[in-house]
Amino acid sequence: MNKKNIKVNDLIFQTVTKIVVFIIILYSLHLFFSGHYTPGGGFVGGLMTSSALVLLLLAYDVKTVKNILPFNYINIAASGLLIAVLTGLGSLFFKVPFLTHSFKYVDLPLLGETSLATAVLFDLAVYLVVIGVTMTIIQTIGETE
Amino acid sequence: MNNLIILPLVIPLLAGIILIFFHKKIKAQKIISFIASVLFIIIASAVVQNVHLNGIQTLEIGSWRAPYGIIFVADMYSSLLVLTTSIIGLTSLLFAFSTTTAKRGNFYFYPSIQFLLAGVTGAFLTGDIFNLFVFFEVMLMSSYVLIVLGSEKAQLRESIKYILVNIISSALFVITVAYLYAVTGTLNMADLSEKIAATGQTGLLTVIAILFLIVFGLKGAIFPLFFWLPGSYEAPPAAIKALFGALLTKVGVYSITRVYTLLFYHDTGFTHEILAWLSALTIIFGAIGAIAYSNITKIIIYNIITAVGVILFGVAAFTEASVEGSIYYLIHDMIIKAALFFLVGTVIAITGTSHLRKFSGLIKPYPLLGWLFFVAAISLAGIPPLSGFIGKLKIVQGGFEAGQFTIAVIVLLSSLLVLYSVMKIFINGFWGEQRKEQELRKIPINRLLFPTVILIVLSIVYGLGVESISPYVSQAAEGLLNPSIYIEAVLKE
Repeated sequence: MNKKNIKVNDLIFQTVTKIVVFIIILYSLHLFFSGHYTPGGGFVGGLMTSSALVLLLLAYDVKTVKNILPFNYINIAASGLLIAVLTGLGSLFFKVPFLTHSFKYVDLPLLGETSLATAVLFDLAVYLVVIGVTMTIIQTIGETE
Repeated sequence: MNNLIILPLVIPLLAGIILIFFHKKIKAQKIISFIASVLFIIIASAVVQNVHLNGIQTLEIGSWRAPYGIIFVADMYSSLLVLTTSIIGLTSLLFAFSTTTAKRGNFYFYPSIQFLLAGVTGAFLTGDIFNLFVFFEVMLMSSYVLIVLGSEKAQLRESIKYILVNIISSALFVITVAYLYAVTGTLNMADLSEKIAATGQTGLLTVIAILFLIVFGLKGAIFPLFFWLPGSYEAPPAAIKALFGALLTKVGVYSITRVYTLLFYHDTGFTHEILAWLSALTIIFGAIGAIAYSNITKIIIYNIITAVGVILFGVAAFTEASVEGSIYYLIHDMIIKAALFFLVGTVIAITGTSHLRKFSGLIKPYPLLGWLFFVAAISLAGIPPLSGFIGKLKIVQGGFEAGQFTIAVIVLLSSLLVLYSVMKIFINGFWGEQRKEQELRKIPINRLLFPTVILIVLSIVYGLGVESISPYVSQAAEGLLNPSIYIEAVLKE
């Protein structure tokens, strides 16, 4: 994306991106949280979030996006894996088999009666790994000369 | 329920994940992966002892009852293999510490090794056929990384072949599992075994059994599906060759053994007869390759193929002696192949060439290296006090008991050719005068030989201490010969 050589003005694209990225991210979070009862979950949520980031990459260049979101995506993927394994290991402390999940109904201030499940933690891990891996692949290919 | 048996999987997995965070700090990586491997060995020995004392251990992952959830099963056969895997893992790491350059070490070399160990361990321990597929993929993904890391020309070329073959065989694996699921409606191995036994092995199930033979044969390199192996295994550096040669094909062998002893044992006249002849051809072609080459790496690689044939013949003959023999031989072969790859890697590091005609007279400057190679070579061929003897003896005995005289004689004759092929390296490379034009590189030879010494000593102890190992092996063989023991432990009716 060398702006000096190509005289293009992508003002419309960049302006639309600024709004649309938030909508996509909100939708991806919705997909992520709805995974337990309706279609959705960590994998598609993660892909959706990374598609929002890819849209940013298309509208701006790699450097700008790195300045906005200064993440090391490989570490994000690794923390995702870590969360997944630790969720599994957590069950060892309660003397139940590896990866045994549990859930509980809790009254939250705004949301009312909600079931909080440890399976969400595992899904969060999937979400992080998917974002980390997708963005690593795309940025690595994008940066190679 | 026994959470101990998940730990051999969790330790390398966790270590691999933690290593990703430290991928630029080589010293930290070495320390963490060393600690993890030692821990792995300790846990694996604890599992073996636990299974020996208390019978087959199972763990229902996520507390879901057996046919419905994934179940981990540590019987004696798989836990012995896990223990051997952990030992190979540690020695390969020790060898890699002194041979791996920063060019590789900085780019997720050590995490990939840990993930490879996790995949192999998972494949040995799982009791679910689709979960076995997943662990195959974990193992293969890490092996793709390890085979291509370093980006030399040969590595790039061979990794394309390797990945292509393995993707095709993985797709075939999924299709075969789909057929099996369509016929039986279950994926849990114990439940599968019961369902197959209840309906009798129909023609459709025999077809699926042969499809499994093709799938695992591609992974484990049996005739005529071994064509990808000689090139692919030559590409990566020596420490990785040892890991591949000792572990990857053996997972295919393990899977064939598991599937043909637990699931498809009703029509042995057809399936096991095919397996027996394929293993005979595997032995013959491996031996031909081993004597044909004068490239020392290629010789060892073709010896892997021969050994795969010998082990599978033990399974195909399906008598008590031959199954015991194949277990003895499998463990011996994992240890000795790793040792041989280390030795060949050391020789190449010294001489700078893998061609047998380009160096000689190594015994004088490097006596320890020479005698270690000699012991490894005669152990590979199966000379009595060493570890290769008991396995082959029992396999041949079982072969005669089963009436497979021709193949049993082939196994015996193959020992001669194997001995010839490795002695060729010893006589041409170590004896004689040193060549004038050849210069020997100065390398830290003691550090390279240390992991080899561990393995050779282990192999000698294994050979001399058969008496004390035999209760473990006969327990493993008993589990393979009586599927009901496995089924009862898993399904607990």
